[in-house]
Amino acid sequence: MSDKHLSTQFDAELAGISARVLEMGGLVESQVAQAIYALTQFSGETASQVLQQEERVNQMEVEIDRDLSGIIARRQPTARDLRLLIAVSKTIANLERVGDEAARVARTVQRLLNAGVSSRLRLPVADVRFEAELATAQLRKVLDAFARLDTARALEVLKQDDQIDQEFDGLLRKLITYMMEDPRTISACIDLVFVAKAIERVGDHAKNLAEAIIYIVKGTDVRHTSLEDVESAVR
Amino acid sequence: MSASTITLPKQPPPLKAESRGLDFYYGSFKALKSISMPVFENHVTALIGPSGCGKSTFLRCFNRMHDLYPGHRYVGEIGLMPDAVNVLAAEVDPIEVRMRISMVFQKPNPFPKSIFENVAYGLRVRNEKSRTYIEDKVEAALRGAALWDEVRDRLDEGGANLSGGQQQRLCIARALATDPEMILFDEPTSALDPIATGAIEELIGEIRKKVSVLIVTHNMQQAARVSDFVAYMYLGELIEYGETKEIFMKPKRRETEDYITGRFG
Repeated sequence: MSDKHLSTQFDAELAGISARVLEMGGLVESQVAQAIYALTQFSGETASQVLQQEERVNQMEVEIDRDLSGIIARRQPTARDLRLLIAVSKTIANLERVGDEAARVARTVQRLLNAGVSSRLRLPVADVRFEAELATAQLRKVLDAFARLDTARALEVLKQDDQIDQEFDGLLRKLITYMMEDPRTISACIDLVFVAKAIERVGDHAKNLAEAIIYIVKGTDVRHTSLEDVESAVR
Repeated sequence: MSASTITLPKQPPPLKAESRGLDFYYGSFKALKSISMPVFENHVTALIGPSGCGKSTFLRCFNRMHDLYPGHRYVGEIGLMPDAVNVLAAEVDPIEVRMRISMVFQKPNPFPKSIFENVAYGLRVRNEKSRTYIEDKVEAALRGAALWDEVRDRLDEGGANLSGGQQQRLCIARALATDPEMILFDEPTSALDPIATGAIEELIGEIRKKVSVLIVTHNMQQAARVSDFVAYMYLGELIEYGETKEIFMKPKRRETEDYITGRFG
């Protein structure tokens, strides 16, 4: 089997689209990391950088979508090529949402700073950072799986999503305890609940990306199916 | 050599014809290698594959078009439902077969006769004498081929005076006039412009409501648009057969995927 089309231009277009997706993925991954840095360091400057990047991410989504329509119109792709393009369309929508979540975290940091909240309040930001590290690791792993069209790695991402969910639940309990012990933290803790939720959503988006990868490679739609079914589809 | 991958729907439609272990030889050259596949009633089945893969040879077996080729040899059979007659059997009259399975070719080939006589031809071969019967049949066939409104006032004009797309529809009307059970199309639109092609494709969609259709096409998008089932052939073998939406979204065989995605080379 040759991986190349008769049309080298078509090959170049598909490779170009995949490269752009990875570029966009790298961008949102650093956005999430920066947003968490802004939170743990209470850095308003980093928070505004995250918000500036959002525009770039949105722009990339629009551009990649335009390229996608162009390829579909001119090439009438089928089978694996068509699945790749459909999956890319969903992937960039998910990545754009990840960017939105990062921006949400950054705006929360700005709000906390404006309200005069600082590290002195002893909020459980380290736990939030741990949850965020899990989520960014998932994101990195799924982008890597996308680059290699590696279904085994995609499956790992699906399996590990539970960890983030558990971390979110634990964090929620912890924040409730903080609020009960010291009502002065309530406002800031509620903000952190939303941050934790945003991070948990990043994990969900990584999961959607993993499902898209399996769809590209195997042609099986594994959304809304049990892990066992996904495993048998990947095998 | 690998066996064909055949995927049938969970509830397959009734069979119209079935090729079973069909080999075909042009002299010593084996052009078809053990082709087994169904043709379902009132559905469109498309044969695709690169030039020389045997798809036209296979199509032509269905109405015994090879009979005059010196050194031809059929092995295996094509059963035509509902009576399961083997159309390839020597004792079966090819004229009878062609009444039941008619054919439309790549280039429109109207006879050098009037539009009316072109369509009436098969009925005359069948020795139909009743004038009103023939007139009714010709009108019905021309309507069936979506040509009636364009030619109703000039049925006496020569068929060759029509445009390419009209000529092809005239040939379809001629094929329809004998009330065939199945129509074979051998690249019916490769000599036509996109508008005429669209009209023929639309027509195939209409015809399939009454007749089973088997079509050879070089245009993959056409196969995707008009057919319900697709058979991919390569070097005289059937590689994969399945529902069109499956074949174009998720073929089972790598060879099929390479061909339909344009990686074949």
